[in-house]
Amino acid sequence: MKRFTDLYWQLDATSSTTEKVAALEAYFSQAPAEDAASALHLLCGGKQSRAVSLAHLRQWAAEAAGIPLWLLEECYAQVGDLAETLALLLPDRLSPSSETEPADTSSSPQAIGLAECVRTTVERLRQAKDEHAKREIVVGVWQKLETRERIVWHKLLTGGCRIGVSRTLVARALAEVAGVEPAVMAHRLIGASIATAADYEALLHPDALATPSQRPYPFFLAAPLETEPAALGPVADWLAEWKWDGMRAQLVCRGDGVAIWTRGEELVSEAFPELLAAASHLPAGTVLDGEILAIRDRQLLGFTTLSRRIGRRQVGKKLRAEVPCAFVAYDLLEAEGSDLRGLPLEARRARLELLLETHGAGPFDPTQAAPTAAGDHVLWLSPALPATSWEELVGWRQGARKLGVEGLLLKRKEGSYGTGRTRGEWWKWKVEPLEIDAVLIYAQAGHGRRAGLHSDYTFGLWHDGQLVTVAKAYSGLTDAEIVEVDRIVRATTLEKHGPVRIVQPTLVMQLAFEGVNRSTRHKAGIAVRFPRILRWRRDKPPAEAGTLADLQALIDQPS
Amino acid sequence: MARQGWPASLFRAAGTLRESVFPPRPCPTAPGLQYRFSKKARRSQVADLLEVTEAGLYCAAGDFYIDPWRRVPRAIITHAHADHARSGCDRYLCAAPGKLILRTRIGGGSPIDALRYGESLLINGVRVSLASAGHVLGSAQVRVEHKGIVWVVSGDYKTAPDPTCHPFEQLEADVFVTESTFGLPIYRWPHPDGIAAEINQWWRANQAAGRTSVLLAYALGKAQRLAAMVDPSIGPIVAHGAVMKLVRAYRDSGVRLPSIDGVPPGARKVGNGRALVIAPPSVAAGRWLRLFGEVSVGVASGWMTLRGVRRRRGCDQGFIVSDHADFPALLQVIEATRAKRVLVTHGATAALARLLCERGLDAAVLPTHFTGEGPPDASPEVEEAEENAATSDAKSAAGPSDAAP
Ligand SMILES: [Zn+2]
Ligand SMILES: [Zn+2]
Repeated sequence: MKRFTDLYWQLDATSSTTEKVAALEAYFSQAPAEDAASALHLLCGGKQSRAVSLAHLRQWAAEAAGIPLWLLEECYAQVGDLAETLALLLPDRLSPSSETEPADTSSSPQAIGLAECVRTTVERLRQAKDEHAKREIVVGVWQKLETRERIVWHKLLTGGCRIGVSRTLVARALAEVAGVEPAVMAHRLIGASIATAADYEALLHPDALATPSQRPYPFFLAAPLETEPAALGPVADWLAEWKWDGMRAQLVCRGDGVAIWTRGEELVSEAFPELLAAASHLPAGTVLDGEILAIRDRQLLGFTTLSRRIGRRQVGKKLRAEVPCAFVAYDLLEAEGSDLRGLPLEARRARLELLLETHGAGPFDPTQAAPTAAGDHVLWLSPALPATSWEELVGWRQGARKLGVEGLLLKRKEGSYGTGRTRGEWWKWKVEPLEIDAVLIYAQAGHGRRAGLHSDYTFGLWHDGQLVTVAKAYSGLTDAEIVEVDRIVRATTLEKHGPVRIVQPTLVMQLAFEGVNRSTRHKAGIAVRFPRILRWRRDKPPAEAGTLADLQALIDQPS
Repeated sequence: MARQGWPASLFRAAGTLRESVFPPRPCPTAPGLQYRFSKKARRSQVADLLEVTEAGLYCAAGDFYIDPWRRVPRAIITHAHADHARSGCDRYLCAAPGKLILRTRIGGGSPIDALRYGESLLINGVRVSLASAGHVLGSAQVRVEHKGIVWVVSGDYKTAPDPTCHPFEQLEADVFVTESTFGLPIYRWPHPDGIAAEINQWWRANQAAGRTSVLLAYALGKAQRLAAMVDPSIGPIVAHGAVMKLVRAYRDSGVRLPSIDGVPPGARKVGNGRALVIAPPSVAAGRWLRLFGEVSVGVASGWMTLRGVRRRRGCDQGFIVSDHADFPALLQVIEATRAKRVLVTHGATAALARLLCERGLDAAVLPTHFTGEGPPDASPEVEEAEENAATSDAKSAAGPSDAAP
């Protein structure tokens, strides 16, 4: 645990990629394979789950520290991170919690490995028969860890151990340890399930592994277009498509069935049975790249609706009927078992169109919403938008929001399917964000670098002389502005509810967001998408901020 | 308002107060917070010998203020930090070991009277004595006794060992006015010897890499304490001008410090990658650090306990060294005063007062001008939250600031 804790803090302390890779490399070349496997799972953002409830953990820590629970909450408000708060509160040395389990401390040595912490402890916790038994286990581990280690362990226990390092860097470090090319390691890591020491050792084997048959390819990502499109050269060199507002995915159809992978390299096949059924008719050795969308009667239902299907293991009939899903394909990465990624886009596209002519429903046109007698199709082609000039594309883009799409994608016709964020081949050209001036009404202490500073804000708009909550936003201000806002928040606090402060309405911020939807779950009856702070409107008194009616007027997408 | 002037004759010592002097007690930094108080403690019927006024904590019977935040005729000063010692009062009284430092901070002009620790003085029939608070050189707790009732105002204090000032002296009181800068149980200081070893190790490692070690610390008290903590055989110790001024005041007050060099004007590449540079936190943002070539920056403060603060500082190293009592020490000192009534000021006041109430004491928050209730956010003054919160008016009135080169 000590070694992993060191790695955790090293990665946390530096923003230099060289230093991060060096820390990872040092860790992986020293850690026992079992621990390395656990670490890799965490580093790659693998699934974690909460082994004990936060309420229990708080209670046990408060008891161990001999303080009342409310005082623990006061501390949390100041620290801003629960795992750290609990670790700081726990006494350095804990007496065994009871005599019933003295073997726990005597049988094992002081050191406890990451794998043991993650698997043994967490599994034991899940199997523990009652709260008392769970407490024994938790206290037993506390006894073996130092404060620094306890912070990391608390994060593991609560399923919130997130580490600021990209998969590319992990792959780079592992490649170095294994002595293989980074690209090879990157591909090995995709969709790999590394659970045991043996998995880890196999991963590091210098000989190329046979790629397990259902693995997807690394997703190629588009970069945001920051120049005028004309700067990209002749429009004829570019393929324009809608930028769909759904979930990016690859449909992998090989000899042994179909797998659906998200961009986060998560396997979500079970969540979309209708896609599995449709893809089962595709020839073996086909990999499609595209977008999962919720579509009924050829009409896009929007991301908010689609999100009800995301993250589910099982989908009932009712939900399937309410949120029917489809796959809109825009690239063919593999056909007849061979990798097409090196071909120019035009060539891949031609084969994709041919494939979907026979096995799909043709192009999906969001402008032609109409019920079809045959019911909804599931496999569609993402159409190429015809344009002979950039001006025409500007026109398409202007209509995007009305159609429920995010804007346009521009792809170089000559380009191959790149890896990661190769710039210059694929651009996303989103619609201009919507904007409104809102008033800061609640503030909460942030986490990580902003722990202890009030940096998570809730904003309101005027309605009948009152401010109604419409959005939360975390980002957009500079560090110096966050500090300044924190001061004002502290000075204008009306009420404190744990870490949340209700403040006098004095601060106006200009918010940007991607869209507005009606929502029954939100108080204002409206939900905004991807709200973020554009700038601090110091010039604007709160009374002149926007109203709920202003926001309602922006609703363009009934759902 | 208070009468003009403060007759000098009143400052003659009225004999040593035997009953107020207690041998300093060792301070165990107990991990578990064992703390007992009679649940039955009634709300005390103690008359308010001290009260909070517009100008600060005031004793009407004796007609004097303690650490006033405005200009008043007579001020008793617990210690020379900017939030406790304002310039412009007509007359000052402080502990003898701190007189020179107070003079350095408030400038010339107003007379400063000094009282030795344990010595007492009658002011309009109110008996006043000062006891060491262990915070910085010359820091004092003010003991005020009138008609058999004893109030003790702690000022800032610590019980941890500090080679540059007198050890904390435990008093007893009917009413105890305590600071609570670190009044939450997350604050528990490691032993200073361990921290000294960490700093030495960091300094050596930097030397090996050819980097100058820059240690940011509050110019009064912390800087001198650090200089006395580290191992001077490792390399030269260099100090910023603001620190040097107080190093001289410490030396002139009889405190022994290792050899410390100032930074001569126009110097470049000072210390040649081998030195330990002690400077106030305000230099972190400026050009001054460029004098030293490649540097590693450490910050010494109790706030370094919190990861969020360490990260916001952007320093390479955080060392947990504080001149304030940590939470266990606060509780221990409060208990040992045997005070039935406790007034809490500075820092996490509400939480500490509530905890004390739950443990059977009559505790309340003593309102002050300071709003500092949490870690010092990204302001350059790391060391003391209260320093950040001091009103700008007070800062400008306080004469030369620590940040000045
Ligand atoms: Zn102080
Ligand atoms: Zn203070």
